[in-house]
Amino acid sequence: MSELEFSATEIMTVAASRLLGNGTVCFVGIGLPSTAANLARLTHAPDVVLIYESGPIGAKPTVLPLSIGDGDLSLTADTVVSTPEIFRYWLQGGRIDVGFLGAAQIDRFANINTTVIGPYDAPKVRLPGAGGAPEIAAQAKEVFIVLKQNKKAFVEKLPFITSAGFLDGGDAREKAGIPGGGPTAVITDLGILTPDPVTRELTLTSIHPGVTVEQVKEATGWDLKIAADLKTTEIPDAAALTALRDLQARTAKAHGQNAGGEG
Amino acid sequence: MALITPLREAVSSLIHDGDTVALEGFTHLIPHAAGHEIIRQGKKDLTLVRMTPDLIYDQLIGMGCARKLIFSWGGNPGVGSLHRFRDAVEQGWPHKLETVEHSHAGMANAYVAGASNLPFALLRGYTGSDLPKVNPWIRFVECPFTGEKLAAIPSVRPDVTVIHAQKADKRGNVLLWGILGVQKEAALAAKRAIVTVEEVVDELNAPANACVLPSWALAAVCPVPGGAYPSYAQDYSQRDNKFYKDWDPIARNRDSFLAWMKRHVLETEDFAGFVRVLGESVARETV
Repeated sequence: MSELEFSATEIMTVAASRLLGNGTVCFVGIGLPSTAANLARLTHAPDVVLIYESGPIGAKPTVLPLSIGDGDLSLTADTVVSTPEIFRYWLQGGRIDVGFLGAAQIDRFANINTTVIGPYDAPKVRLPGAGGAPEIAAQAKEVFIVLKQNKKAFVEKLPFITSAGFLDGGDAREKAGIPGGGPTAVITDLGILTPDPVTRELTLTSIHPGVTVEQVKEATGWDLKIAADLKTTEIPDAAALTALRDLQARTAKAHGQNAGGEG
Repeated sequence: MALITPLREAVSSLIHDGDTVALEGFTHLIPHAAGHEIIRQGKKDLTLVRMTPDLIYDQLIGMGCARKLIFSWGGNPGVGSLHRFRDAVEQGWPHKLETVEHSHAGMANAYVAGASNLPFALLRGYTGSDLPKVNPWIRFVECPFTGEKLAAIPSVRPDVTVIHAQKADKRGNVLLWGILGVQKEAALAAKRAIVTVEEVVDELNAPANACVLPSWALAAVCPVPGGAYPSYAQDYSQRDNKFYKDWDPIARNRDSFLAWMKRHVLETEDFAGFVRVLGESVARETV
């Protein structure tokens, strides 16, 4: 693959990383969010502050962590605090600008499910569960969600709401008394969805080059709204692609894969 | 007063069938060796507590030690599902597992409340989530000063907490560092705390503000070098990421799981025996 060719996952990761401004304090989920956040740190946002729920504040890992408590996070952090402190002082204390989350499933109001597929008491698939997400989604000033787009993930109705987006839409989130601003962007391998300012319904506002609107609609379990002024996502620049591929190569060398999890 | 005790005796005398037991660790310092000893001794009907149940909980659940699990994220970090946990929840094998499910913020606060000798934890949490619909232990109370609605959940007060740490001195004072998770809170929330350590030294030489658990707050300190494996102890060992990946196919199938547990845990006398047999298994694979 030459420098100016890129995969769907790469444009998703680069597009997600671009949303993270320099100096932002970001509470990072493991996996795709951690990849995008570290790419931001290694490119346009060297002063981004990455906080992981296991305790590291200001982590600057040299390779992507396989788990949320990898030694590299602790050894490169400005400080390491206890998990209760992370959730009580730093998240509930209102110090997080961006919560960066992944999800197994999402609905049109950006509520997310990471708990079960099927009924809770007799699940078809038991997923890992909430982890830190419910309070990150509720208390960060804004939330970015990154996940691949397909009909299994983008569903009309979630079997379980693990973490709140805009609930039933409109002002439902504010009425429920949830303090943070909620999701402002859902970045996928096909485009970027943002909530309508009034209805809060996710709307396709940017489409990745080479992807058709039909393709995105086909990958969505509800009748997806398309913005009147639909933009085309800027292609990843060579510097970002090089930084991403170098990071992934270092990671693969260190532990053989890029995925990640809590625990 | 914590006595320097062999792990087998600590587990045998301090953990009883039916106890509520928390083996805590947040990727780092997970007390695997102690979990194996619980399995060897055939402890039953345990209520297991853990923010992030991973491989050792998969093993405890698959071997039928647990009646109930209180948790907030159950998975194999970086790999995928816990197949024994899923089998217990989805198919009731080896028997039905009751689950009580929280968020990390809830669990972390519940341990703090337990260590603080309070009946419940108070946090701004769970709003908009379906968790309160399936967990009757998540309730909401009104702030007496502002009227704000806040979440309340019972404190976690384990009968026994087990953690792993880097060092103890000869009197049983314990020093741990790196990613500490909720281990200090979990140890102080428990009626009895067992700590396995990498080594016993003459003096801890702990800097001020270091995380030290004094001997008089602990029930037993057990020297088990490498006892977090395949988790790790910062400045002593590295996480064995390959083991976490290799666990996936072993745990997928009931028979391969049982055969593995028999060979590596039930038929080994202690943690050193486990390490020896695991080494033989790995050598056989790579031939």
